[in-house]
Amino acid sequence: MATETFHTLIARNRRNSFILIGGFMLFFIAMGLLIGMVWGRGDAAFSVIVAVIAGLIAFFLTLGSYFGGSSVVLGMSRAKEITHDDDPQFFNVVEEVCLAGGMPLPRIFLINDTAMNAFATGRNPKHASVAITVGLRAKLTRDELQAVMAHEMSHVRHYDILYSMMMAVMVGVLVMMCDIFLRSVFWGRSGRRRSSRDSKDNPLQIVMMIMAVILAVIAPILARIIQMSLSRQREYLADAGSVELTRNPEGLIGALNKLGGDSEVLEVANRATAGLYFVHPIKKFEKRASSIFSTHPPINDRIARLRQLGA
Amino acid sequence: MVGLWILIAIVLIFALVAIAVYNGLVQKRVRCQSAWSQIDVQLKRRYDLIPNLVETVKGYAAHESETLEAVIRARSSAIDAEGVAEQAGAENMLTGALGKLFALSESYPDLKANENFAQMQEELTTTENKIAFARQHYNDSAAVYNTARMKFPNNIIAGMFGFGNQEYFELEDASQKEAPKVSF
Repeated sequence: MATETFHTLIARNRRNSFILIGGFMLFFIAMGLLIGMVWGRGDAAFSVIVAVIAGLIAFFLTLGSYFGGSSVVLGMSRAKEITHDDDPQFFNVVEEVCLAGGMPLPRIFLINDTAMNAFATGRNPKHASVAITVGLRAKLTRDELQAVMAHEMSHVRHYDILYSMMMAVMVGVLVMMCDIFLRSVFWGRSGRRRSSRDSKDNPLQIVMMIMAVILAVIAPILARIIQMSLSRQREYLADAGSVELTRNPEGLIGALNKLGGDSEVLEVANRATAGLYFVHPIKKFEKRASSIFSTHPPINDRIARLRQLGA
Repeated sequence: MVGLWILIAIVLIFALVAIAVYNGLVQKRVRCQSAWSQIDVQLKRRYDLIPNLVETVKGYAAHESETLEAVIRARSSAIDAEGVAEQAGAENMLTGALGKLFALSESYPDLKANENFAQMQEELTTTENKIAFARQHYNDSAAVYNTARMKFPNNIIAGMFGFGNQEYFELEDASQKEAPKVSF
């Protein structure tokens, strides 16, 4: 039964989200511990303090992005909320999709940009927002618009919105933390030269320092790869979810075809928010989109998978 | 003494499982009911939209009274219809009559250009879609509920407390509306 696998999919997605967020928190604390050891030169109490601070930062960031992340994302995209009378057809289409999935109506936003794109954000179906650019809104037929909104509402329904919002914050902060640490190591080297003699005879500390530097270099790369490969899988699943809601693969295929021909860069998007969009907003990525660093699968691949669903 | 405790523990576990199953079934049945009520909401909305539409069309194409009357007749017979089968038939007739009305508007450029008419056409299109989606959602919810009540051990609880089968809503074009086979 298709509906059963669908519900187990949501359950698995949510569980994995929490495991990953928990893992990130632990990683933060471990990183703090290591950084503290290097900074405090083996002073256990000092490294514990740094670890606790890192843990607290991670906790409050999680909390902050859980409640305020969507406003930040929408503000960064310069999205304007609309009502039914501003664009009745667009509003009706979103209502239709919500009815098909038994979901509450999200807040609906328009982004004043001629590039073609759309995204969804929020923390759960009750606190969700969907946004579309003026460019995409104008170029799609009613069926295609419905398919795109169904794709976005599938992200809402699968709890992808919560996950990608949290991930964006977590990865961003991890990168920042490692950056601070790397700088401090290189700065500390020259400043510490005079006192280095007394710590020279401590091999444990040197090993730890090498480990910390390796971690600091690898961790952000690893985090990005995880974030992106997961986000690509989520795109395929949202495409499938869109067809599950509209029962009409042709709408989404039509929309993707139109998007494939568009080469305009969405100016309000940046690397942090790229993962949220319907198609990758920075188009030069598309050429090597099948590499592990892309947040989105290539459009042709998405269309091919949709044709399989329709057959 | 130990045997008694084990017995109590076993009974307690069975009771907890039974409560969980019962609550799960209730929740799924409530979802079916709310999905069903959504269909009625949208059907009523369509009835409300029709008189306005007919009035607007009359202003431009008064001599097409046959088509207009067919819509009005289909509307009232759909409102009066009783029972699922009769209602489904009447609703299909209404959908057909409305389709004819919109096809007719193609040959009246003035009517098509009327902003009011365009608005009403959009509202009726969305209502038609919403009716179809509400039915689809009802069928999906019914499928989840029916699967749940037939599974073991749910079927024992379902039998004890009278969780009956939820009827599916028959769709006109069954092959088209069937859920796509999605494998994750």
